[in-house]
Amino acid sequence: MTIQQISVFLENKFGRLHEILSLIANDEIRIIAATVSDTSEFGILRLVTTDPHKTFQILKNHQISSNISEVFAIVTDRNSGQITQTIEHFTQAGLSIEYMYCFSTSKAGFLILRTNNLEAARNVIRRASLVCVDQAHIADL
Amino acid sequence: MYWEKEIETMARPALRDLQLERLGETIAQAKKSTYYSKLFQEKQLDKLTVQSLEDLKKFPFTTKDDLRSHYPFGFAAIPLQQCVRLHSSSGTTGNPTVVLHSQADLDAWANQVARCMYMVGLRSTDVFQNTSGYGMFTGGLGFQYGAERLGALTIPAAAGNTKRQMKFILDFDVTCIHAIPSYAVRLAEGFYESGLDPKKDTKLTTLMIGAEPHSEEQRKRIESLLGVKAYNCFGMSEMNGPGVAFECPEQNGLHIWEDYVIAEIVNPVTLEPVADGEIGELVLTTLQREAMPLIRYRTRDLTRFIPGTCSCGRTHRKIDRFKGRSDDMIILKGVNIFPIQIEKILMQFKELGNNYLITLETVGANDDMLIEVELSDLFTDDYSVLQRLTKQITHQLKDEILLTPKVKLVEKNSLPQGEGKAVRVKDLRNNT
Repeated sequence: MTIQQISVFLENKFGRLHEILSLIANDEIRIIAATVSDTSEFGILRLVTTDPHKTFQILKNHQISSNISEVFAIVTDRNSGQITQTIEHFTQAGLSIEYMYCFSTSKAGFLILRTNNLEAARNVIRRASLVCVDQAHIADL
Repeated sequence: MYWEKEIETMARPALRDLQLERLGETIAQAKKSTYYSKLFQEKQLDKLTVQSLEDLKKFPFTTKDDLRSHYPFGFAAIPLQQCVRLHSSSGTTGNPTVVLHSQADLDAWANQVARCMYMVGLRSTDVFQNTSGYGMFTGGLGFQYGAERLGALTIPAAAGNTKRQMKFILDFDVTCIHAIPSYAVRLAEGFYESGLDPKKDTKLTTLMIGAEPHSEEQRKRIESLLGVKAYNCFGMSEMNGPGVAFECPEQNGLHIWEDYVIAEIVNPVTLEPVADGEIGELVLTTLQREAMPLIRYRTRDLTRFIPGTCSCGRTHRKIDRFKGRSDDMIILKGVNIFPIQIEKILMQFKELGNNYLITLETVGANDDMLIEVELSDLFTDDYSVLQRLTKQITHQLKDEILLTPKVKLVEKNSLPQGEGKAVRVKDLRNNT
């Protein structure tokens, strides 16, 4: 039900994002989605790639502080109001969204999100019959 | 259990009486040197007879620079013909320092080292291998004479050649080694690389480590790698060499032999004594030295007295593991801060790596401290955790150094590697 997301600690330093992406991007790894968030002190780069374990290994080999975590990639159709409806399920179950980023292809929309409770989120997804992409199918997107 | 029970367990008042008696002798002896005779005259101390240990405070400090500028024999208190040994430590700047010994001085030193070694369990039935460099480095001859005095079979293996060191340890049933901590690790690795387990395949029980700063974690690691008990030792060539202070089986602080030295701990800036238990610079006065007595010698080493008594029964005070050099001290907004205080706090957080950088800078009218510290591998994806971590670090640092530094988490390996202490502190303040 979940996919693996790579998070990278980023100092607010010119050129650092480019440096890190250059390490990862190669013929075998494709970046599906990425987001950078920042505070005044530091940033976190979050990545969904076709091979999270290899991505993580590359970062480790370069001694970059990074982390691999489970997030949901929920599929929505392209009609208006879909994101709102999806989030509503979580809110009604009393779950908070810690972060979320979205992207869409010509066929569907995707919400990558993490809540404050992984197990409870699984139940919400099951009950609401939301569709999730799993890691094996990430490369097909 | 004790090498010299009477001295080692002497009641404090008796020990102080002994110190006072020997202080008088030391000052009388020091007057025979060109350096001190001139100094005492200048400071009108030549007529003074010490009545109490407090009187020592009337005497000026002696520094390494004083030793250098009176190179080579300005501190000699006996004719050179009566000296039997000269040790010299190389100076990176200017003249080296010279330390002279009479035969009585060497005998006293050997006894001092033997006392230390006996304290941690070495007996005449032991086999002791010394991996110190010999020659001018006092860890060589110092331990050699001490172990021989104790009656142990002593192997002057000297430094380097790990294969040969290992062969000696195995073939001669060595039970005790003296090594610097990094070399102890190297030795252990040598055994494991050869398919041997030093815990089973050697007779080693005891390790004496010193001359290199090392943490408690490092000690534990060395102990478990080699299957030994490791004891800290402290010394410096100006004070003979090894044996000035040594850990007892409690492994919690080093007994400083107060029949050999008077130890003071002072604030390195004001040169006033610090409160008991506080960190400051160790200042030593020799009490039994004939060839070259030193009065209130500033060691530049930072430590503190550990308050209270020791369950080993020895009454000589304990000093803490060394906290760095007084030259490293930072003065910010009138507060004295040692980088080691900051390091101690940072090392408590498993989320942080080993590297940090302290930057002092002027922001507006204020001087501020910025502490950049690298994250370890244990990185979390959660902002609030990182922010909470930053807050916790700041808070704990404030409790320790009484100022609120600005703490910044940085990427692993983004700071200069901490080889010397100097690179840990960057002072960019406007000079006022």
